[in-house]
Amino acid sequence: MSTLEAPVMTNRTVKRYSRNSLGALGIGAVVAAVLVVLPAFVGESSINQLTQFFSFLILAIGWNVLAGYGGMVSIGQQAYLGIASYAVLYLSLHGVLSWWAAPIAIAFCGVLSIPISYLAFRLRGSFFAIGTWVIAEVCLLVVAQIESLGGGAGASLNDLNRFSPNTAGDVTYWVGLAIVLISLASVALLLRSRVGLALMSIRDDELAAEATGVNVMRTKRIAYVLSATICAGAGVLLILSNLEVQPNSSFSVQYSAFMIFMVLVGGMGTFEGPIVGAIVFFALQQWLAANGAWYLIILGAVAVAVTLWLPRGVWGTVDPRNRRSLVPLRHRVSVSATVESGE
Amino acid sequence: MTMLRLEGVTANYGHLRALEEMSLSLDEGDILAVLGANGAGKSTLLSLISGELKPSNGRIFFNDVDITHLDPFQRVRKGIALVPEGRHLFASLTVEENLLVGGSTRRQGSWSLDAVYDLFPFIKERRRSRGGQLSGGEQQAVAIGRALMSNPALLLLDEVSLGLAPVIVRDLYGGLRAVANEGTTLLLVEQDLTEALGVASQVLCLLDGRVVLTGSPDSLSQSQMITAYFGDGESAHKSERS
Amino acid sequence: MVWTNAVVQGLLLGGLYALFSVGLSLMFGVMRFVNLAHGDFSVLAAYAAYVLVEHAGGTPLWTFAAVVPMAAVVGFFLQHFILDRALGAGELSPLLVTFGLSIFIESALQQGFGANNDSLFLGPLSYQSWKITNTLYLGRLEVIVFVVAVALISGLQLFLSRTQPGRLLRATADNPRAAALSGVNPRRVRALATAIALATVAVGGLFLAMRTSFTPTSGSNDLIFAFEAVIIGGLGSLWGTLLGGLILGVAQTVGSQINPADGILAGHLVFLAVLAYRPQGILAARNAAL
Ligand SMILES: Nc1ncnc2c1ncn2[C@@H]1O[C@H](COP(=O)(O)OP(=O)(O)OP(=O)(O)O)[C@@H](O)[C@H]1O
Ligand SMILES: [Mg+2]
Repeated sequence: MSTLEAPVMTNRTVKRYSRNSLGALGIGAVVAAVLVVLPAFVGESSINQLTQFFSFLILAIGWNVLAGYGGMVSIGQQAYLGIASYAVLYLSLHGVLSWWAAPIAIAFCGVLSIPISYLAFRLRGSFFAIGTWVIAEVCLLVVAQIESLGGGAGASLNDLNRFSPNTAGDVTYWVGLAIVLISLASVALLLRSRVGLALMSIRDDELAAEATGVNVMRTKRIAYVLSATICAGAGVLLILSNLEVQPNSSFSVQYSAFMIFMVLVGGMGTFEGPIVGAIVFFALQQWLAANGAWYLIILGAVAVAVTLWLPRGVWGTVDPRNRRSLVPLRHRVSVSATVESGE
Repeated sequence: MTMLRLEGVTANYGHLRALEEMSLSLDEGDILAVLGANGAGKSTLLSLISGELKPSNGRIFFNDVDITHLDPFQRVRKGIALVPEGRHLFASLTVEENLLVGGSTRRQGSWSLDAVYDLFPFIKERRRSRGGQLSGGEQQAVAIGRALMSNPALLLLDEVSLGLAPVIVRDLYGGLRAVANEGTTLLLVEQDLTEALGVASQVLCLLDGRVVLTGSPDSLSQSQMITAYFGDGESAHKSERS
Repeated sequence: MVWTNAVVQGLLLGGLYALFSVGLSLMFGVMRFVNLAHGDFSVLAAYAAYVLVEHAGGTPLWTFAAVVPMAAVVGFFLQHFILDRALGAGELSPLLVTFGLSIFIESALQQGFGANNDSLFLGPLSYQSWKITNTLYLGRLEVIVFVVAVALISGLQLFLSRTQPGRLLRATADNPRAAALSGVNPRRVRALATAIALATVAVGGLFLAMRTSFTPTSGSNDLIFAFEAVIIGGLGSLWGTLLGGLILGVAQTVGSQINPADGILAGHLVFLAVLAYRPQGILAARNAAL
């Protein structure tokens, strides 16, 4: 809004990356490289735990796309998680090696989410949240009736048994790492694209965005589909690491609770928030897992408290202006102004 | 006795400064007409007095009580009622229900359903119609009636005549004159000068968020007001904070 | 005849669903968000009654007198200390807060009572029935629940349309800004809405616990059914909500008649069909906010 008045010469450069964000990118690359070679150095159980961690991290990334950037709270993303798990099972039963089934299952969920979005987008706000939940429940009830996929009792994934547990664990770990990195990269690309800008403008003010010619529905749909695809990645990883599925747990609304917790705690609508949130969540889970429902009680209480008293989450509070981010949301304009003095 | 006093009140919308260092005092029984072009800050002034907008600077006193931090509903209970721009009736409630909601404050006073129907007889026959089914003039009358039901000591009105036929505007202003005669203090925001100047005891002109002219309607010349209204050409840009 | 029976049983069940819905739509009307812990409060009420009966004995019927006022008080404080704050903390906050609350309540109940089915047993009333024809029996409890539910909904509708607090609720739902400018205390109105919502959902929870059974996590289903009834019926009037509840109830019982495992699924599918073909609901009031 503000205008600079003459006589001031301005020299504007739009920087897409700040020095800090380049540093963060460097750290990210190092971490990724370490993670790639890690199976050579640590034991099987640590690798399996990391794979578990990846699946939660992916969920957080997926939910953040929808709620943090798209402004849509869904409590039904477990639909894609469950369907992806079952798609892997189905393909493996039909002779496709499970690891190869993974990308097919993920793509299938991405495509499936398009028609579903037409139904879900008839609802807004609170109603959208519960509507997506109903859709997930429908998926659960339908899948539980397919006897060839194990019905309500579930089934196990057997085709990886012919590999040694060590090999299977390592390959699945790499599959998980790849899904994490691809998810992060696709979110980063989305944010830096025109669609990402449109998404942000809708989140800030939907009416104003529409008035400036943003295709609101299409933009939101893109976010929804990307989120569904990423959540499907988590579903794939869960079946590959657990080697079994069961409708009530694959489609459990508890995954929504996990996603919401991780994103809220980490910082909704920040690139790093889901990573921070997933680490906190995973630590909490490891620490309290033995105590039955207690960790869920704490989860719920923390979700309430964070929403009310720390609405930016951990990352949003540490880095409120998004300075240290890998993906600075606003393109920074640095203005070097030279005031022409009258001397 | 001073009823309403604004002391150095400043209001911002984000980075936009809508009202700058405004001071104003209004005595009991006054009828103040606030004039100004679109975007001059008239509605902003009313929002500050009604409590919908909190000033970033300055204080507001009502009957010598500092009301700067009171919420709108609390100010209604103290006797300040606003008839907002655009009327804002409860569209799904009947006319009578609209009035009854206005009367929920239980402030002492002489206003009742019958008194409002006496003031604006043409809404009496529509008392069972829903707010959303009324004509603009009827809506405006109900909006004024609803505000009166809270027995206000100070009635704020934002562009009562906007978009209405002259006949109905005359009726509405006839009603407002009667309200003023009962001792209610009025603060009218208007773009239509003739009606407003007909009832006003004082005039205040706003331009770009500043008071540029005050006085009684008789003491101000036509050209003074036109200058105040449109500016003198040099200051005709928005004042902004950077 | 089995179909008549299914429809009648569905109507009886639907009246109860409608009772779950009225509070949800009342709160939505006034505050524009759905309390995602709505169903969990019905289960909470059922456990409260369960504990009361266990300690004080007697028939569960007397617990209405204790649990329902308690629920209203909880609603009042919930609004004041949590939801009002959430409303001020951003558009998504009320949803996130109430979802967190839902997880909290469900897992706390699980910790306290285990994951078992519990029920409030009313003695003979639980299984006595009236014989209408040779194949059609009406459970006495079911009929009583239905009648009370419909009476409560009618009473609430009367309260909303005829009393001053009811008018203030409707006015706030219609135009919150104008309500505040008319001297209506928005906090008070919101607390009233939540108190009524929790009281009605507590009645529903006790009835459901008497009719069937409950578990710590059955609040999720209660919420979903309440929501489906609201959407099927159409926002804007309690009669629409009642109609939505009846349709949902019938869909579920007819569905179970087709295949015992398909009852709930049939209800969901009717909901999705309404969403696809008549998203404004079947009886959407054109000009009403509540
Ligand atoms: N809600 C708002 N958000 C941002 N800016 C606003 C808002 N309301 C008013 N403004 C701005 O503040 C300034 C004063 O507005 P205000 O509504 O007080 O003008 P007004 O004198 O009532 O104009 P009109 O005669 O058109 O009603 C204008 O520049 C307007 O654009
Ligand atoms: Mg105005």
